[in-house]
Amino acid sequence: MNHFASVVVAITLAASGAAIAQPAEQYIALPSYRVGPYAAGGSGFYGGIIDYFNLVNLAGGVNGVKIAWEECETEYNPSRGVECYERLKTRNGGATLVEPLSTGVAYGILDRLAVDKIPMTMIGYGRSDAANGKVFPYVFPLITSYWNQAAAMIKYLGDKEGGIEKLKGKKIVHLYHDSAFGKEPLPVLEALAKQHGFELIKIPVTPPGSEQQSQWLQIRQARPDHVILWGWGSMNAVAIKTAQRNGFPREKILGVWWAGSEEDTVPTGDAAKGYSAMTFNTPGNYPVLDEIRKKLYDAGKGNLADANRVGSVYHMRGVSAAILWVEAMRTAQDKFGKGKRVSGEQMRWGLENLNVDEARQKAIGAFGMLPVVKTSCDDHEGSGAVKVQQWDGKKWNAVTPNWIVGDKALTRKLLEESSAAYAAEKKITPACAK
Amino acid sequence: MLYREAGQFKTSYQADGQIFPILQDRLALLALLVIAAVIVPLAASPYALSAILIPFLIFSLAALGLNILTGYAGQLSLGTAAFMAVGAFASYNFILRIPGLPVLLAFVLGGLSAALVGIAFGLPSLRIRGFYLAAATLATQFFVVWCLTKIPYLTNYSSSGVITAQPIVILGYAFDTPDRKYLLVLAVVAVMALLAKNMVRSNVGRSWMAVRDMDVAAEVIGFRLMRTKLLAFAVSSFYCGVAGALYAYAYLGTVEPEAYNLDLSFRILFMIIIGGVGSILGSFLGAAFIVLLPVLLNVIAHSLALPTSVASNLELMVFGALIIFFLIVEPHGLARLWQIGKEKLRLWPFPH
Repeated sequence: MNHFASVVVAITLAASGAAIAQPAEQYIALPSYRVGPYAAGGSGFYGGIIDYFNLVNLAGGVNGVKIAWEECETEYNPSRGVECYERLKTRNGGATLVEPLSTGVAYGILDRLAVDKIPMTMIGYGRSDAANGKVFPYVFPLITSYWNQAAAMIKYLGDKEGGIEKLKGKKIVHLYHDSAFGKEPLPVLEALAKQHGFELIKIPVTPPGSEQQSQWLQIRQARPDHVILWGWGSMNAVAIKTAQRNGFPREKILGVWWAGSEEDTVPTGDAAKGYSAMTFNTPGNYPVLDEIRKKLYDAGKGNLADANRVGSVYHMRGVSAAILWVEAMRTAQDKFGKGKRVSGEQMRWGLENLNVDEARQKAIGAFGMLPVVKTSCDDHEGSGAVKVQQWDGKKWNAVTPNWIVGDKALTRKLLEESSAAYAAEKKITPACAK
Repeated sequence: MLYREAGQFKTSYQADGQIFPILQDRLALLALLVIAAVIVPLAASPYALSAILIPFLIFSLAALGLNILTGYAGQLSLGTAAFMAVGAFASYNFILRIPGLPVLLAFVLGGLSAALVGIAFGLPSLRIRGFYLAAATLATQFFVVWCLTKIPYLTNYSSSGVITAQPIVILGYAFDTPDRKYLLVLAVVAVMALLAKNMVRSNVGRSWMAVRDMDVAAEVIGFRLMRTKLLAFAVSSFYCGVAGALYAYAYLGTVEPEAYNLDLSFRILFMIIIGGVGSILGSFLGAAFIVLLPVLLNVIAHSLALPTSVASNLELMVFGALIIFFLIVEPHGLARLWQIGKEKLRLWPFPH
């Protein structure tokens, strides 16, 4: 072999070796927020996601494909969020998934997703009607949406009274964050109020909701049987404290899932005892969390500054989100080629064909932590099931042993109407993406 | 040296009354416009256009609007975001309810709606001033957002109060890519900035400044206070309204009323304070400082590979420290700093 040929062979070998040594990574964009008024929620949620990613990467990735991600601080500000999305989407060969955990940011990037072919999950927030994959092919309100939560809330309150028909003549206050987020459940609550004959009293709280004296005076005068607290951020702790000051029993308050974390109850001290809130995780401990503690936090590689927050509500929510994404990756790889990085479009297919059943949850070590999620083109939500948890003064406990599902026929009807209106406005022809 | 004026003679009133009396300034501005209108759209990445330059221009326009009211007419306002919201939601409704309405006309109508709201909420300025007026304009902020969440007609009965901006099509030409949107925003902002510059140099601007400096004296020498103040509110709100419409149509695409919250009003107020109160250039410098600097700091923090939680907090700290630094070094804002620099350059290298 002459000198020239050996050089060529060496270069070819080196190039192919490099290609084997560096398999493509699955890149995920995380426009997160770790400062500002909502930092507690953001750091816990994104901490959970990154902890689970690290765990998967330690075990060798998804069929050998490691997960890569990049964070960008949005401060929960829509304008910054759009900037972050635009910045992250082209990195590392293109983002294949995005999760902003902010209704404002999600709305800001909603129109760009289908053009960029990047799927977005909105786990527990955002547009409920995005569950219709025919109109929103790239949007996934996974696990459960606001509408199904609202329906489940009324079902739970009905069960508490001893049957949904017992709600007739009762008074329910909807105390809400006066924004798109707080108004999202209104169509469901109004329809259910008409159907079951209870009186719905809507009381808005101007964001951020640090002053609620007049609202709670109004509640005290109305003497409601239940109060739905649809709050976010600092509004929740203020509501619980003001309720205590006004002598309103916390047992009658049922919070939305963004009003049901340790960050909402611990600062209120004793005031929150007996307060209950919705959740899409079952509080408790799971093998996957133990593994995170052992393999990451004991090795000093955990993402949260405080290891005690592992297994807290927001952290567990982040872990659940990451579990669903990794399962979507796995599903997509099963179809498009194992051990290969899946594209944004293929990831979309994976999210649309998820089936995280009980057996799969057991394999992951998260059995019962989240409901069974099975998605399709018609149903980008995949479940709609929630639980109710109660604060005992120290920690959250699930008070409903089974997952609750509300009036899904009603939410489906509303979803069809609302997404049809969106499709007409945007001139979209509803169809399942291939 | 750079600013040598020797040989530049003004031989007519027109020459004396130019916006930029020095040749170098005219050339620099021309070059800047050519770069902004020709080279940037060709060279800049979609990220730079859609995530950096478009919001920068839109916030500059909003700051310009507030600067007319606060900087030139001396009426402190905290309702900027509300006027932006009126502009955005009014434009949305005009396009929605009147089929075939040109988009640019809808922006103008949106701006005019904002001007009407501005006049209504400017009325208290006849009786109160300073911080008290700021508190009164705060009412605009709450009232407008309340209206938008309360009256479903304004958001076309969308269940959560979120509107989706219609596509921008002007004379059959769709502004749907970042570079096209950027050019549209650039054109609108350039024209309106020129108008504003001329307005503040004219009789109208002088009447505003007279009212700002001492309204009793202004009244004594014959300026009609009510007309002057309300005109300032109307023009300022018009600018903010157009900025709000651009924010919804050319930037976000889908907005909820909460996007125009008090926080945004404050940010625009900080823009004019840092950029320079009573200065057209200051509006642009201030918007650049408030919009671009955090992004830049964020990029730097990321390139240093700091842990994200540290990077986020560090970004805020550096940003805050820079604000304090600039306000101590130059309380009159970045525009004044630029002006001092220019004067120094005129004398350089022989200061006397």
